[in-house]
Amino acid sequence: MALRSLRLPRDLCKTLRLLHRTPLQNPNPYSPYSPSPSVASAYPSLLQWRSRSDAAPQIPIKESGEEGKGGSGSDSFASSLNPAEVAKFAAIAETWWDSEGPFKPLHLLNPSRISFIRSTLCRHFRRDPYSARPLEGLKIIDVGCGGGILSEPLARLGAAVTGIDAVEKNIKIARIHAASDPLTASIEYCCTTAEDLVRLNKQFDATIALEVIEHVADPSDFCRSLGALTAPGGATVISTINRTLRAYATAIVTAEHILNWLPKGTHEWSKFLTPEELVMILRRASFSVEEMAGVFYNPLTGEWSLSDDISVNYIAFGVKQAS
Amino acid sequence: MRASLSTILIKRGVARRSATTILAQNVVRGRGFCNDSAGSGASSPHNVEKTLDCEESDRMKGRPAQCDIAIVGGGMVGLALACALSSKQLTKQLSVAIIDNNPALRSRNYLKKDNIPDSRVSTVTPGTISFFKEIGAWEHVQQQRHAFFDKMQVWDYTGLGYTRYNARDVGKDYLGCVVENKVLCNSLLLSLLKEDYQPIIYPARLHSMTFQRKSSPDGISIDQEDTIKQNLSGKASSGNNTMQQTQPSNSVKLDLSDGQGLYAKLVVGADGGKSRVRELSGIKTTGWNYSQSAVICTVEHTAENHCAWQRFLPSGPIALLPIGDNYSNIVWTMTPEGASHHKSMSEEDFVKSVNHALDYGYGPHPQSGSLDHYVENLFSGSRFGAQSTKEGFEVPPKVINVVSERMAFPLSLMHAYDYASKRVALIGDAAHTVHPLAGQGVNLGFGDASDLAKIVAEGVLLGADIGELSLLKKYEKERKAANIAMMAILDGFQKAYSVDIGPVNLLRAAAFHGAQYIAPLKRNIISYAMGEQKWPLAL
Repeated sequence: MALRSLRLPRDLCKTLRLLHRTPLQNPNPYSPYSPSPSVASAYPSLLQWRSRSDAAPQIPIKESGEEGKGGSGSDSFASSLNPAEVAKFAAIAETWWDSEGPFKPLHLLNPSRISFIRSTLCRHFRRDPYSARPLEGLKIIDVGCGGGILSEPLARLGAAVTGIDAVEKNIKIARIHAASDPLTASIEYCCTTAEDLVRLNKQFDATIALEVIEHVADPSDFCRSLGALTAPGGATVISTINRTLRAYATAIVTAEHILNWLPKGTHEWSKFLTPEELVMILRRASFSVEEMAGVFYNPLTGEWSLSDDISVNYIAFGVKQAS
Repeated sequence: MRASLSTILIKRGVARRSATTILAQNVVRGRGFCNDSAGSGASSPHNVEKTLDCEESDRMKGRPAQCDIAIVGGGMVGLALACALSSKQLTKQLSVAIIDNNPALRSRNYLKKDNIPDSRVSTVTPGTISFFKEIGAWEHVQQQRHAFFDKMQVWDYTGLGYTRYNARDVGKDYLGCVVENKVLCNSLLLSLLKEDYQPIIYPARLHSMTFQRKSSPDGISIDQEDTIKQNLSGKASSGNNTMQQTQPSNSVKLDLSDGQGLYAKLVVGADGGKSRVRELSGIKTTGWNYSQSAVICTVEHTAENHCAWQRFLPSGPIALLPIGDNYSNIVWTMTPEGASHHKSMSEEDFVKSVNHALDYGYGPHPQSGSLDHYVENLFSGSRFGAQSTKEGFEVPPKVINVVSERMAFPLSLMHAYDYASKRVALIGDAAHTVHPLAGQGVNLGFGDASDLAKIVAEGVLLGADIGELSLLKKYEKERKAANIAMMAILDGFQKAYSVDIGPVNLLRAAAFHGAQYIAPLKRNIISYAMGEQKWPLAL
């Protein structure tokens, strides 16, 4: 298993990936659900719109550590977006901002995530949490910004936001939408990957990647990129899904098969990270996780809220060590 | 007049905000005007002077200004919303425009107490009073005429029952306070005009509203997008200014009766029962007329009145509310014919008619019977006791004079199907009008204003677009249930009293007896009517 993930062509591993990578084949024979691109593009993702990119069925923490040591020649990043996939989901991408549309679950989830980000960043950067624009002056990058559902609120809270997404169409939608409000018009949207920005030596006060890490080829590499993008003393916020039975029941069986919120095969249970694993990976990328919360869905009220229960969706806040 | 008014009104707080928005306008139109500060520095304080210029030349050139929230209707509820927004740290930086051509909005002084009280009054509940305290308006009410009452007596013409409520039953000093509407408006206005906060008041009426394309770019064809994209030349960093070539799609354009235009992210309809905002946004209503009219006026007694009186007569209730000194306010519901008759009759006849209606007219005084004492004893244990169960029936003080014009207006119940649609929220009478029976109407409106301000603050907290439908629907959800409960109760009361059939009269009497002698029920009724609990029965 470990060998296999090592054997994947390097460029395939590294091209993150964040987003829309096309499953050119289904490399995971154990996956019960074939992530057919047509299915994947017919629905929005609860979390964000993307399909998984490759196989590593278990989180290869150790292996990726090794990989990291040996991964000096990672200069040849190649973007491997599938034009067919991009075209397919383009039809639905325009509904990103329709709060009653296919991205409704994401719109509902958003306030809880923002309130976590707001309170942790206020505490870390010693901002007045009662201020209307507490993030004024902070440079924040939203990795995997989609249509800008997170980037816009962050900009209204005062942050200087850069939103990146590997999908051109998302970036277009995000730009057009942000331009309609002077408060969000300053967001810089860019169709690129975290790796490319690392190569450009970009740094931010905070890096945020929500519902992205469970879709990347290699979570360790991804976190290293986030680490490189985060200024010393800066912060990162990552949200994802836990690898528990409950998560399997909720995020896969219920969300994909019963409620049809997500395209079948959106998530691969085996690719989910447990909070412990995430903490470890982040530690290797020189982040120390200081806060974690569950994002809990109440099926009766249809509302999401923050809780202590991190058994399904959870969100973590980490601080980049000064070293 | 307008120019001078706006000059006076524009001070730092607003100027700063409108800077951002107006600058955006300039950029949109591709003029170089002031857009040197259109970037991130637009909201920093050192741009204030420049901003003032922008604002003024903007007006002169007839270019529409832009604000965050446009409140259409500067009545009690609209002003209360503006006040609530200005008193919260999260929302006070929002630019607020009030659209109303009422000259009273120019008042900057307290109203004199020695005039004869106006006949348009409201009974504000303790719930509303604490809201007013929160937004800094109550201190201004206290400087003007207002009348607390700590007792209330409700009875009916059959003589079968009565209820007396006493503030002491619920451990309070008062049950409510009667305040002239113009005093409430004036107090809210004074509390609005703070050092660091100035709303812009447009002395005009709303003429029309233009909803921009959906805020989602759904409507944009691929071609258009591509053009825009080409303009962006593929570089995000190059482009804030270029991007604003698109119309601001996240706002509503309001055209005012004086020819001015205004863009707002959120339009609040606080423009009363015949709301133009409601009409223009196509929100439907349901409701019915009561085929009843209310006659209102101010009357004089020989001594001061401290109790609110309400007697149910065959044609509808008559209420006598203290309004300070020796004055009281009359709200008398009757048939439309009766109303025009009572409006036109001589003052002496009217006084006679009022005293008749509040005393022996239509039926005897109620007495308490032995059964009542039994019920009273049953509930008079220490936990359930209520002082007023022992109070006997009283006759209201005699009216000696009518001191104001008598006004009559038809009554109806109206409820909007939606309180919110895209970029529009309705508050107060624009969303619901109720029977004036217990003076609850305006309190529901203040509840709306308070909740909407809270929801907008939540939106700001989370960086939401304040005109977003999902946010406004939260307001609707919160208020609709509370308002409908109160409306149904008032409507039920009205219906219960619009029939005069033996058994129904008995039932009604039983309800009165229950309300008078069963203390827990009584306390519940008082708390609900005082605006302290949201639901009618919460033990």
